[in-house]
Amino acid sequence: MNLISIAWKSLKQRRLASCLTAFSIALGVMLMVLVLVMFGAVDSAFTQRSIAYDLIVGPKGSDLQLVLSAVYRMQPPIENLPYLYLEQMKNDRRVISAVPLAFGDVTQEGSFPIIGTTPEYFENDYMPGRAFKIRGTRVNGLLDTIIGYEVARKNGWDIGSSFTIVHGGAESGHVHDEKFVVVAVLAPTGTANDRTVFLNLEGFYAIAGHSKPVAEVEKRLRDFYAADPERLAAAMTQIEAFRKAETEEAGAAHNHAHHHHHETPDAMKEVTAILIKTRPEAPFDSLSLTSQLQTGYQAMAVNPVRPIQKLVTGLLGNIQKALVALTGIIILVSGVGIFVSIYNSMADRRREIGIMRALGARRMHVFGIVLSESTLLCVGGGLLGWFIGHSLAVIAAPWLIEKTGLLINPWAVNPWEATLFPILVGLAALVGFLPAMTAYRTNVADALSS
Amino acid sequence: MSLLLERIRKSYREPGGNRIPVLGIQRFAMNQGEQVALIGASGGGKTTLLNIISGILTPDSGRVVVDGSDIAAKQEVVRDRFRAAKIGIVFQTFNLLPAFSALENVLLGMSFSGRGVDRAFAKQLLERVGLGHRLHHSPQKLSVGEQQRVAVARSLANKPVLLLADEPTANVDLANQQLILDLIRDTCRDHNVTLLMVTHSSDVAGTFARVENLKDFNRPELCLQEQSV
Repeated sequence: MNLISIAWKSLKQRRLASCLTAFSIALGVMLMVLVLVMFGAVDSAFTQRSIAYDLIVGPKGSDLQLVLSAVYRMQPPIENLPYLYLEQMKNDRRVISAVPLAFGDVTQEGSFPIIGTTPEYFENDYMPGRAFKIRGTRVNGLLDTIIGYEVARKNGWDIGSSFTIVHGGAESGHVHDEKFVVVAVLAPTGTANDRTVFLNLEGFYAIAGHSKPVAEVEKRLRDFYAADPERLAAAMTQIEAFRKAETEEAGAAHNHAHHHHHETPDAMKEVTAILIKTRPEAPFDSLSLTSQLQTGYQAMAVNPVRPIQKLVTGLLGNIQKALVALTGIIILVSGVGIFVSIYNSMADRRREIGIMRALGARRMHVFGIVLSESTLLCVGGGLLGWFIGHSLAVIAAPWLIEKTGLLINPWAVNPWEATLFPILVGLAALVGFLPAMTAYRTNVADALSS
Repeated sequence: MSLLLERIRKSYREPGGNRIPVLGIQRFAMNQGEQVALIGASGGGKTTLLNIISGILTPDSGRVVVDGSDIAAKQEVVRDRFRAAKIGIVFQTFNLLPAFSALENVLLGMSFSGRGVDRAFAKQLLERVGLGHRLHHSPQKLSVGEQQRVAVARSLANKPVLLLADEPTANVDLANQQLILDLIRDTCRDHNVTLLMVTHSSDVAGTFARVENLKDFNRPELCLQEQSV
């Protein structure tokens, strides 16, 4: 029999008190683990490369809002960029891929964001080294859609399902007439793509009410290309041609009572954001592009990670620290509970210690036995709490993924957790020291005669 | 010589500072394997004497030689190790640990000796005291007589050279008294263990060839005389 097994026997003898004190430590550790798992998910979702693009280009405004809307689809878009600017980006020698995103609408059922894009979006990786897995056919018609895994799961949709969308967010209440059809479903990605419905960009433009008045588009183009008269002139030529065609068509419609659909010129189109991939062999391309955009047009290019990283490490990082500190205090209070429990038991155990000493136990033996008891309670409680914490995370993960879209790995071990057990051993030594000293100092003859 | 006490002086200090003399023994000796009954009035210093012999207490002065070693001159940690290895103790109140089974109580006695635990020998001891079928019972589930038999087995776990028994039959019913007495004495005889048994019972003392009354060889006043000198 070693000191640990003797300590274990002693704890078993005081089963209720031992269980309660160990459980209080377990609760503290469980809370800490849950906080770390949650923040770990937030951290990995927002601070790591969760998108395989180098830059996001959008209208000038809040860089955070641009990232939240284009990557995480959590915010409304800032404004729009001229579609011509997308062409300009595609022609830039530093750009190897420029994918447009047009958004602002949501599904009527479930309020999932609608994004108009090009097939290139699905040809590129959604995260570095991870390609989309798509079940279904290609988007061919204007009303064909690809839906994310969560959209399919939550709304019970599959290939062949049809649905309607609401213009400009769920609160607007304006439902478009078009009936969209699901032609493909994405495999889970653990990103906001799971909660998104993708349309063909042309389909997005074709939705009734999405084309803006010519005068408004013209004004925007004049503002955007104020410093680039050559491109402005080219755009204005298209606008004038479109205006003329519209006028002619209006007259024809009046005379023949029928409507001819005609092609919308690029100058009349807009995109909400452009995802940019720069040449991998030239890492400074994204930097030069960013600085060029800052001084040029009414647009900006942001790193898809940095604004979120600032937010997470700044605000959320401090909240995490505060919550971890709070759970740390809970663990410390539980440690005090262990101290009180063991210390109170010392009076009852005086004779027991005297007997062990009479049998030949040295002072360091009884000291070690009491210290082993506090260590077993702290570390045992800690292990229990760690297991319960991660188990709860496993149970809650599907719900949290559904609610937040965060990719939660319930068994991911945060580096803080690795320090938890040495800290618990230290706590055990701290709370066990005084009772252990009481055992150490026990007068054997007095204890035996008590 | 298995046990030799020479010029033992022991007194306690009262909270007020006065010294209360307890033991003043010029010489007391026991041969290896000898069995002695020690009688004396309550409060006469018998338990203090056993504590000094076992090294739990140290005398103010004098020599306590057990198996050739003067344990009174040794540091506490050495005395503890010596006690674990060479001295067995049977208490009046059995002093079994309630959290441990009968077998574990015997193993516990071995744990502190530094020689490791011998599970087979522990079982053999319990079988010898007639508890081979109750190895895993906790003390609460054993009768008073059975508890004392476990205590006897525990006291012999480290094959001691000296067994100190402090009124081992005082709390045991009549039926068990003779059984336990025979058990202790026979086992000591079989293993050539020196036995010093404190008893108040003249019946128990009457079975011993050598009976010592503490008041015959204890002169506590010697403590005061030496102090004044």
